[in-house]
Amino acid sequence: MASETTTASLLQDEFEKILSAWMKAQAKEGVKRTDLVSAKETERQSRDLLTALARSSQTAATDASFDFANPGWDPVRDAIEEITESRTQRGVTPSEMGWFIASLKQPLFDHLAADLAEKPKQMSAELWNTTRMVDQIVLQAIESLVSKREAVIERQREEMTEVSAPVVKIWDRIVTVPLIGTLDSFRAQTVMENLLDAIVQWEAEVAIIDITGVSTVDTLVAQHLLKTAAAVRLMGAHCVICGIRPKIAQTVVNLGVELPNITTRVDLQSGLAYAFERIGVSPKEQ
Amino acid sequence: MEASVGTTPIVTITGCVIVAIRDDLDDHDILALQDQLVEEVSRKNAVGVIIDIGSLEIVDTFAGRMLGAMAQMARMMNARTVVVGMRPAVAMTLVELGMTLEGVETALNADRAINLILGERN
Repeated sequence: MASETTTASLLQDEFEKILSAWMKAQAKEGVKRTDLVSAKETERQSRDLLTALARSSQTAATDASFDFANPGWDPVRDAIEEITESRTQRGVTPSEMGWFIASLKQPLFDHLAADLAEKPKQMSAELWNTTRMVDQIVLQAIESLVSKREAVIERQREEMTEVSAPVVKIWDRIVTVPLIGTLDSFRAQTVMENLLDAIVQWEAEVAIIDITGVSTVDTLVAQHLLKTAAAVRLMGAHCVICGIRPKIAQTVVNLGVELPNITTRVDLQSGLAYAFERIGVSPKEQ
Repeated sequence: MEASVGTTPIVTITGCVIVAIRDDLDDHDILALQDQLVEEVSRKNAVGVIIDIGSLEIVDTFAGRMLGAMAQMARMMNARTVVVGMRPAVAMTLVELGMTLEGVETALNADRAINLILGERN
């Protein structure tokens, strides 16, 4: 029984052969993506993964009791993390990533078929075990690839919130925040925080919120604007909301939203004029 | 008069009663302070009350209501109440609580508040 061929023993005894066969299989399946990943790097990654696999299959079970959660598979997980990390940055798709690993089945099956030709029962059992193991690794790789992409999206979202609420000091004692896009709760909170901090920092008397770039104003957005205006007032400054387009005025009224005690202006120019009047500055007419 | 309240200094400058609230006042001290303020307004025949809450990190509903009541009392004695120096975090919390302190005037700092009170009178 000890001499019986299994995937684990194959990975030990026929390592180089399997590796080169795998490289060929990759080329045949067209998953090499030589435009994104160099041949040398692909070989290095394949070797790393296969080495990790050979090492793990020594300590962790590959047979019916296979369990990928076993810490013995950690080297494989680490190797996959590393490969997906570099491949995500280059824009490899999940299916290419999956197929890249799945193509390992072919050389393994070839060897198993050759070695266990006399014992069909063991062969089918071993084929199933191998399939299960490789498929688990493929799933892990895709999972890792997707989570890495989500991390990228999350990072971009954070960057967007940061750049999308810049508070500008446009005059002595006047700050303004131009809003662009949609105003969700998260962004509204950021806008409010930035605006209040800016009022303290620049000792502003008037805060202008320009909603020209806000596509829609619904009850929720109006609610956020009301809250921001109330907070600005509590800080001892005046809040002017400008950029109320006819469309927005219509929606707000039709929704039955009231904006009590809030100064509103049609555009930034008239908002600024109001602010100047408020702080007692008269701009020279051009 | 209690010792802890006695340490909250109240000064009157050009008809404006000015007090800076310390952050360690409890509800009892706040009520005592309110007494003191009303007394001062009446004695000096003040035109304004300036309450600096810059050192407060938390303004709860009780303190918020006290500010509103204070403003109402001062108004009855022909004085305007201006709350100054509110921190951004406090402003956000009050708004979330729905306490927008209607009826209380606000200014960024005591300097602006004095200008506001005296400017309107002239």
